[in-house]
Amino acid sequence: MKLKLDQICKKFDEASVLDAVSLDMESVHALVLIGPSGSGKSTLLRIIAGLEIPDSGGVEINGDRLQYQEASLLAHRRGIGTVFQAYNLFPHLTALKNITLPLEKVHGQSAAAARETAMQILKRLRLESHAHKRPAELSGGQRQRIAIARAIAIKPRLLLFDEPTSSLDPEMTAEVLDLIRELGEEGRDFILVTHEMGFARRIADHVALLADGRIVEAGSVAEVFDRPQAARSKEFLARVLKY
Amino acid sequence: MKRLLFHDRSSRARLSLPVRIFNVLVVLLLITAIFYFSFSQLDTSWNWGAVYKYRHRFIAGWWATLWISLASLGLSTLIGLAAAFGQRSSFLFWRYLSKLYVELIRGTPLLVQILIFWYVIGNAIHLGNRYLAGILALAVFSGAYISEIIRAGIESIGKSQLESAKAIGLTGVQTYRYVVLPQALRQSLPPLAGQFVSLIKDSSLLSVIAISEFTLAAQETASVTYSNFECYIPLAVGYLLLTLPISIATRWLETRTTYET
Repeated sequence: MKLKLDQICKKFDEASVLDAVSLDMESVHALVLIGPSGSGKSTLLRIIAGLEIPDSGGVEINGDRLQYQEASLLAHRRGIGTVFQAYNLFPHLTALKNITLPLEKVHGQSAAAARETAMQILKRLRLESHAHKRPAELSGGQRQRIAIARAIAIKPRLLLFDEPTSSLDPEMTAEVLDLIRELGEEGRDFILVTHEMGFARRIADHVALLADGRIVEAGSVAEVFDRPQAARSKEFLARVLKY
Repeated sequence: MKRLLFHDRSSRARLSLPVRIFNVLVVLLLITAIFYFSFSQLDTSWNWGAVYKYRHRFIAGWWATLWISLASLGLSTLIGLAAAFGQRSSFLFWRYLSKLYVELIRGTPLLVQILIFWYVIGNAIHLGNRYLAGILALAVFSGAYISEIIRAGIESIGKSQLESAKAIGLTGVQTYRYVVLPQALRQSLPPLAGQFVSLIKDSSLLSVIAISEFTLAAQETASVTYSNFECYIPLAVGYLLLTLPISIATRWLETRTTYET
């Protein structure tokens, strides 16, 4: 995937969250966004997802620049699978229905075809015995994996993960990270916001480090983790990699 | 003994049938005793025979109340939904119309609304049918309350749910249809049931514009037979026959759609 972020600015109530964020990557498969809390990682991801509109600047994926009209935003979101921190699933629907809802209502599949697709994915993730359970009956890790199943069922051109493990305990975290790694190995393009540095290092091919609404360091894993240039990134990495 | 009289709500043990029957009987016995005592103090000679002769009036009135209630129940749900969406609408005319409607209707007596609806508005638009006027007045009245109930239900849906709906590419209408309303209506079921029960009982006020519904049948019979309680006790029982099924149906719906959030 070719990803270009062009001078993205975003303010919330006069407070600048993103300040002229630019990035140009020719070939990226697994991009990880890291940085301290409040650095703007999640906002940036939401802008790439088409869920938030920047005040200025733009996003270009494989040369297509995202247009900020409702119709093109909707089309953009429909081609992308997004997984949030928590509360992704609809509590009134079973795991299976959570997956078939977008397939049927957004992607025009028949009920039978949607069910077939969903069951295949659930089987692959070894979640088929939970197909008819509602989210409240599932563990946090299972819920996140169902959310990921829903995101990949639509065959997205890009997957976005916004701190998908930050509300999970270590065991569940491992179960979700395993799945994300598998997806990466299958060759799916994704962008991940995370605080799991070890994981970021293992699976990413590119890393961007944000601080105070700016990208302070971006490049290959080795470049960012082993040879950081900016003082701000050295400081951040020294602190998070200490233990 | 303790098990016969107490049940810990948090325990998963189900109440056994004998325990339930025993406790229900105790309650019924107490209520019967109170009424039996009160009525026995009354210096009245019961005259059920005179009222029984007018039973067809009661039956016709009961049916009238039933279908008037059903019609206004359906209509008021539609009005309530429209006003609930209206209060959240970006179209300002609709938003302020909905807000004004809710405040105006909730703040004034139903009696006045019925009279104005029939004698003023009904007259102006040449609405010849007083049953139609009654149904409309009742639906407009109840719709204001239903709108507030549904609005509260909609507002209880978390932002993360809307975000998820947006992320999977649902349109605004689809988000309401598949994500917001199913959850909001589930939240609103208990207050909605209460509102529907109120609506049925409020229909008794339609007697003021001479709609021959259940209450008017009882009033008229009472005035010709001079037997008040013989008319009003069947009236109470008749309303219970209409309202109890609603309570039972909502209980059933609630357990059927129950889920934790």
